[in-house]
Amino acid sequence: MKFKSRNFDQASNVLEITGLTVRLTGNDKADPVLDAVSLKIRQGETVCLVGESGSGKSVTSLSIMGLLPKGVLAATGGHIELEGRNLLELNAQAMRDMRARKISMIFQEPMTALNPVLRVGEQIGEVLDTHTKLPAREKKARVLDIMNQVHLPDVERIYRSYPHQLSGGQRQRIMIAMALILEPQLLIADEPTTALDVTTQKQILSLIAELQEKHGTAVLFITHDMGVVAEIADTVHVMKLGRIVEHAPVETLLRAPKQDYTRQLLQSVPSLSPRAPRAMPEGQTVLAVEGLQKVYGAHGVFSRREPTRAANDVRFSIPRGRTLGIVGESGSGKSTVARCIMRLIDPTEGEIRVAGKEIATLTRRQLRPYRRHIQIVFQDPFRSLNPRWTIGRSLIEGPLNIGEDKQAALARAADLLTLVGLPDDAVHRYPHQFSGGQRQRVAIARAIAMEPDVLVADEAVSALDVSVQAQVLDLLDELQQKLGIAILFITHDLRVAAQICDEVLVMQHGHVVEHGTAAEVLSNPQHAYTRALIEAAPGRSWDFANFKELQGA
Amino acid sequence: MLGYILRRILAVIPVMAIVAVFVFLLLRLTPGDPAAIIAGDAATPAQLERIRTSLGLSDPLHVQFFTWAKLLFQGDLGTSLISSTPVTQMIGQRIWPTINIALMTIVLSVLLAVPMGVLAAWRHRTWVDYVVMGFSVLGFSIPVFVIGYLFILAFSIELRWLPVQGYVAPSQDFGKFLARAILPCLTLATIYVALIARMTRASMLEVLGEDYIRTARAKGVKETVVLFHHALRNAAVPIMTIIGTGFALLIGGVVVTESVFNIPGIGRLTVDAILARDYPVIQGMILLTSAIYVFINLLVDLSYTFFDPRIRY
Amino acid sequence: MAANPQPAARLQWFFGAIALPSGWRVGVGPMIAATVLTLIVLSALFAPLLAPHDPLAMDALQRLKGPSDTYPLGTDAYGRDLMSRVLTGGQISLFIGIGAAIVSVVIGLLIGLVSGFFRVADAIIMRLMDSLMAIPSILLAIALVALNGPSIWSVMGAITIPEIPRVVRLVRSVVLSAREEPYVEAAMALGSSMPKILWQHLMPNTLAPLIVQGTYICASAILTEAILSFLGAGVSTEIPTWGNIMAEGRVYFQIKPSLIFWPGLMLSLCILSINLLGDTARDLLDPRLKKREG
Repeated sequence: MKFKSRNFDQASNVLEITGLTVRLTGNDKADPVLDAVSLKIRQGETVCLVGESGSGKSVTSLSIMGLLPKGVLAATGGHIELEGRNLLELNAQAMRDMRARKISMIFQEPMTALNPVLRVGEQIGEVLDTHTKLPAREKKARVLDIMNQVHLPDVERIYRSYPHQLSGGQRQRIMIAMALILEPQLLIADEPTTALDVTTQKQILSLIAELQEKHGTAVLFITHDMGVVAEIADTVHVMKLGRIVEHAPVETLLRAPKQDYTRQLLQSVPSLSPRAPRAMPEGQTVLAVEGLQKVYGAHGVFSRREPTRAANDVRFSIPRGRTLGIVGESGSGKSTVARCIMRLIDPTEGEIRVAGKEIATLTRRQLRPYRRHIQIVFQDPFRSLNPRWTIGRSLIEGPLNIGEDKQAALARAADLLTLVGLPDDAVHRYPHQFSGGQRQRVAIARAIAMEPDVLVADEAVSALDVSVQAQVLDLLDELQQKLGIAILFITHDLRVAAQICDEVLVMQHGHVVEHGTAAEVLSNPQHAYTRALIEAAPGRSWDFANFKELQGA
Repeated sequence: MLGYILRRILAVIPVMAIVAVFVFLLLRLTPGDPAAIIAGDAATPAQLERIRTSLGLSDPLHVQFFTWAKLLFQGDLGTSLISSTPVTQMIGQRIWPTINIALMTIVLSVLLAVPMGVLAAWRHRTWVDYVVMGFSVLGFSIPVFVIGYLFILAFSIELRWLPVQGYVAPSQDFGKFLARAILPCLTLATIYVALIARMTRASMLEVLGEDYIRTARAKGVKETVVLFHHALRNAAVPIMTIIGTGFALLIGGVVVTESVFNIPGIGRLTVDAILARDYPVIQGMILLTSAIYVFINLLVDLSYTFFDPRIRY
Repeated sequence: MAANPQPAARLQWFFGAIALPSGWRVGVGPMIAATVLTLIVLSALFAPLLAPHDPLAMDALQRLKGPSDTYPLGTDAYGRDLMSRVLTGGQISLFIGIGAAIVSVVIGLLIGLVSGFFRVADAIIMRLMDSLMAIPSILLAIALVALNGPSIWSVMGAITIPEIPRVVRLVRSVVLSAREEPYVEAAMALGSSMPKILWQHLMPNTLAPLIVQGTYICASAILTEAILSFLGAGVSTEIPTWGNIMAEGRVYFQIKPSLIFWPGLMLSLCILSINLLGDTARDLLDPRLKKREG
């Protein structure tokens, strides 16, 4: 792994934050949201701010921009110094003058960060309208120039396009163009690649690096992804609960973290090296899928759109006690496959055999007795439990459907909660009293309550912080060993797949492009797309958990 | 885009067809003898017979419907039972005062309500917001005719600034038209302004929480530009929708206002028809106002394509 | 915003259906509204005890009198006591308002649930509802009353029918968005039957918005009743309702405005307080608004 190692001791400061404290307005008793945060960013430097959700990294960036939500949060102490001026003391007009000229910001969701009803060229041009008095012709030339610099194709056409006509990557390029058109000293990037696929992420990261070098911009990069940190950071600041717990040059931090929290955070990052192969079990096949196909939009008489093949000729089988991963980027069809297997949507063609029974063509009513054999855990822990139901009621919904006695089911629900590592009195409580990770445990317990043969985990750990993610992955592994359950694990994250899967199936545009054991697919990928995916994984040659290079990489 | 427009226009047909069937059945399916209902308790057999022939009530239902629908297609809404004039002719004579006052009201309301709503959303949870919201709740809660009488009492009787009632066509004397139309317009506008201001505020509040508003602010754009250039266009679709659906309220308001201010428009025509049980006129008015409502809402639907480039289907 | 707690974390769930924020603070406005409404309801309920006179008793010698000790608000054109009539007038108005709200919400809920869950029924139902909404509600109500006679029941029906499509649309939209929730899909995966999912998972989502909508319908029904009476298409003129009192007072409006003022005031106060309470309920119950403002 090659880290950045430039020395910034001689470089001049661009931004210096000292003792920044942010509080909830009108509530001085609550713990501050930011507690005496200090950091400095020097010319040309990339400072990464890492932390889990709620650590205050986004609040830090919004404070610098002067964009804290009014009436909710307010800076109550400290300095944010840029060019010898304290940004916290500027009036609204002076602060507006700083934005885009001195400091710019790009955001996480390129889908929502651009105004949907204005042409993107106009949106970039607006920066010039606001801060300069260029004539129209020159203005357009500047906009087209920056659009070329961010490597957008066919800039004349894109200039006139609306955001919804562009891809996620293109929109993020527009955001970057908008941020850098006036060559500010500081670019704040708040999780700019989190919503993007890995291959797009890689392109955006290298674009930011390229422009940073060209214009000598300092970058404050906010992320939760240690892989990204390893790729791009000069200096890393680790945040936890509104404080900076540790900061160091990137290599020092990754090799020799000083604080327990940093160590713990790094140890939770799953490794890209596949898990040790497990002995092929003698167990019978519990789920077999053959020639599965899902075509959308083929029905409408008036529909002029080409039907989309969301899944095409997908075949695989899972034996008892094993984990099969389906890996792919957004739009690859991996979730379509999961939903077809669950019969939440109806497959267009193909066979799904569960417990020896073909279920692809059963009617909803015929299907119900077979539902218990295959259960699902969804991505979003906040929406997968009915907020109006107690945990207990959610847990016994399935057992009651298959005729279990209510008292017996409730008793078993308490046992299940213990099994997934929650207190058994949780049966009487409501989902909102639990954290995301705990809710995901409840969702797993609800699925397990049906004693299924197969558990489908559809991006089940993707919404969780790394440390919680590691715990939930451990739980799944443990349950598999205890109950011999088979797991179909849908994920976009190669690291997670490497950690938990025995076999991996790579999907692209609805097709299976590669299928093999985790070791084969990850260490010796055959298909070009699989190779591209692995190469795009940030920090892939670093073993974060052991603070050293990955063996054999 | 063209597909969307075409589909919207085609969607009007079934709606109007169902409205027509509904209006047709309204009289025929009412329990009891329709002729007796229309003629009232004191009717002579001769009167009943005249009503039956006039409305074709002795034929079987489907025959009645097709005769009625055929006439409808030819633009014939029937003949008044009282004055024996064709309903279309009666409407034609009375529609202009209504159109003039309704148009003035809509323009006035939009011009007042949209800035009020934007301001309230921008100054959310300050006194500005509370004043606008307070006004809007009041506008909903005071009956149109009470507002009308309050206005007459204040401006015409106490202050003697404006004439009490009546109507003069703008082509005849524009000044006199304005003097007489201003109070009815304000009366009608109260509820409409309340409705639009409320929706503008809600829609703006939602939009102001969006990421792209933060982006605009991060560019250093001025607040007025953020509000009117970035936010209002995104908030426009629900606002247009409420202007369209609120039109139904406006029609109800017209009926009342014209009778308070003694304006010889189609609202008065309706009220007179109710009192005289002139069913063909009531029926014609329902069909006409429904058609106007559907047409206005078609225009609103089409306006979406102007505000939001994403609408394609 | 990372620093904000999840909106749900601040809610405490009652009855498994209706949520009230645990530390709910109600402003002064809603408190006044609640008090005023209670007073109006009580005065209508106990009108026979409170009214100084028989609201129907005429006295040819006491026509259009000003306020006096015997007639606190004066008399109308038939010499009837205005105060007694205004107090009694609330009975019919409130009855029709509450009745229309309950009936339209219940019918609308049932139709909306069916429409939200069954695609085939949905297409037909929504066309019908669109058409019903295309007919301006006042005119529809006028026609219905004109045909069915001026009884309380026909007026209530005439007011209720135009409200139903709005409730259907609301319920349908809530069901359509709720059925996309993963917990509904999880229920399907757990083998729960469609009626069970519809009733146990989806229906409770509609309750909070329906309560809010119900209060608005109640207010608008009272308003419509008054307008119908005012136009001469309402409850038969012998019954004192706020609308009827005002309709009769129209002629004498220039000489004795109090005939319109007092019933108008009661009517406006009543509708105003119901609307304010509706707004309060919406702010308390609508998690979407909470999230935005929290």
